Amino acid sequence: MKHRRDVMVKAATTGLGWLVALLLFFPILWTVLTSFKTEVEAIAFPPAFWPEGWTLENYFQVQERSEYFSHFLNSVIISLGSTILGMIVAIPAAWSMAFQPGRGTRHVLMWMLSTKMMPAVGALVPIFLIFKSVGLLDNLVGITLILLIGNLPIMVWMLYTYFREIPSDILEAARMDGATTLKELVYVLLPMSLPGVASTMLLNIILAWNESFWTLSLTAVKAAPLTAFIASYSSPQGLFWAKLSAASTLAILPILVVGWISQKQLVRGLTFGAVK
Amino acid sequence: MAGYQMKRTARIALAPSVLLLIVGMIVPLATTLWLSFRFYNFMNPTLGGFAGLSNYEFFLTDPAFLQAIINTLLLVGGVLAITVIGGILLGLLFDQPMWGRGIARLLMIAPFFVMPTVSALVWKNMLMHPGYGLFAWIAMKLGLPPVEWLSNYPLLSIILIVAWQWLPFATLIFLTALQSLDHEQQEAARMDGAGPFDRFIYIILPHLGRAITVVILIETIFILAIFAEIFVTTSGGPGYASTNLPYLIYVQALMQFDVGAASAGAIIAVVLANIVAIFAIRLAGRNLTA
Repeated sequence: MKHRRDVMVKAATTGLGWLVALLLFFPILWTVLTSFKTEVEAIAFPPAFWPEGWTLENYFQVQERSEYFSHFLNSVIISLGSTILGMIVAIPAAWSMAFQPGRGTRHVLMWMLSTKMMPAVGALVPIFLIFKSVGLLDNLVGITLILLIGNLPIMVWMLYTYFREIPSDILEAARMDGATTLKELVYVLLPMSLPGVASTMLLNIILAWNESFWTLSLTAVKAAPLTAFIASYSSPQGLFWAKLSAASTLAILPILVVGWISQKQLVRGLTFGAVK
Repeated sequence: MAGYQMKRTARIALAPSVLLLIVGMIVPLATTLWLSFRFYNFMNPTLGGFAGLSNYEFFLTDPAFLQAIINTLLLVGGVLAITVIGGILLGLLFDQPMWGRGIARLLMIAPFFVMPTVSALVWKNMLMHPGYGLFAWIAMKLGLPPVEWLSNYPLLSIILIVAWQWLPFATLIFLTALQSLDHEQQEAARMDGAGPFDRFIYIILPHLGRAITVVILIETIFILAIFAEIFVTTSGGPGYASTNLPYLIYVQALMQFDVGAASAGAIIAVVLANIVAIFAIRLAGRNLTA
């Protein structure tokens, strides 16, 4: 008797849970479906849920008319570049604070956190002026550098919380065996904290891929990643919903997969280790 | 000697990060502060020199400023209300046993990974469009006139879009926190005759206290800086109805070319964010020692 009631309750929560999940997911599903419709079908009213002809035309058109792939490549370069360069800088810093803490370590960590709290708009004017004078506006190097610096506090913090979970005896043992600091880092610390290092990288790829303040204000055409390219569809003459959907689908699907893989670590990274 | 050397290595390892943050954040911030006391306008290069507080006066007395401050706060408050309450409810829901829970959860968190320009445009065009949008169709089915979301309720529309992006984040945090809840304690309370409501108020809510604080702080920091969603949907309009502080500063600097006034506005935005940041940093500091 009790068992049957449990099954009923479970069925009810399943129904409710899936309803909520599908409602939240719906705008994404709608975008993917619309990307396979014709432009006429896309603005049909009443809306056509299922594409009639399943055309790939939009995807070809988006590429042909606007060199979509070059913007996609910019997104890849900017997010991978800022993440990899950032890790090269952040790993030694996190190692230093986790295993060789000094009196100032706590303050340095807090100070790094506080720079992340500063609104980007506080640095916009000088960065824009400097970039303009040295030719870094609409330049891949410039935007990569800015995103690197913007996400550096999160990288250092996240790595720091992972490194702290590794007993320092193990590193000391390696040192006793005559390993240099660099070897200690590369052969002992990194392999031991590989899951942490990987999730730090994934989170930063996601953040950089979706970053939409600096990319919109510092890039225009040449260095514009997908965020800025998609924004160009906001003008009235760009009102092609099926093409917008195709461009959007390609822009969000790769990062959605990365996000799904790293969802657990995401909580830890975005809360600076406060919720695990 | 070895200890000394180790300390030196540690300092060298830390230096590049600190240096990058100083060059990339602190120097620009200081420059913004300096510019905020200067006359500096691209459109009028003859004007220059020390401006005293006149940039601040210009920015603070601009009618758009008060509106932008109010909009900024409404945006933060509105999104927080939706995502914290909704996030707790959804967290409780997805904590229950159900079939296909893993997949349902993946679908639920997906909006968080959608880039802001895409989510804003999808909502603007395909959902909220008064002529062809899905909401207009639903309104028609219900026998109601279609709502002109972005022209009549621009700020509310942006709140809905941003809340859609952040609700999964809040849910995910609450879900993580709920999983560390002591189930024996819950069971004991049930045995003692505590109903679901009592258990929620006296056991679950206190347990979520820290997670709620974290969600409020993190979201506040990000939502104070909302930009792209406004940029691609309403451009701050109609009038200044959906202009927030970052957007106003952006317009002042890169569209009206008044660097001095924009810098003064930026300093005000930094001060506003700092009020929140102080609480956030204290919380993180407590976590560090705990």
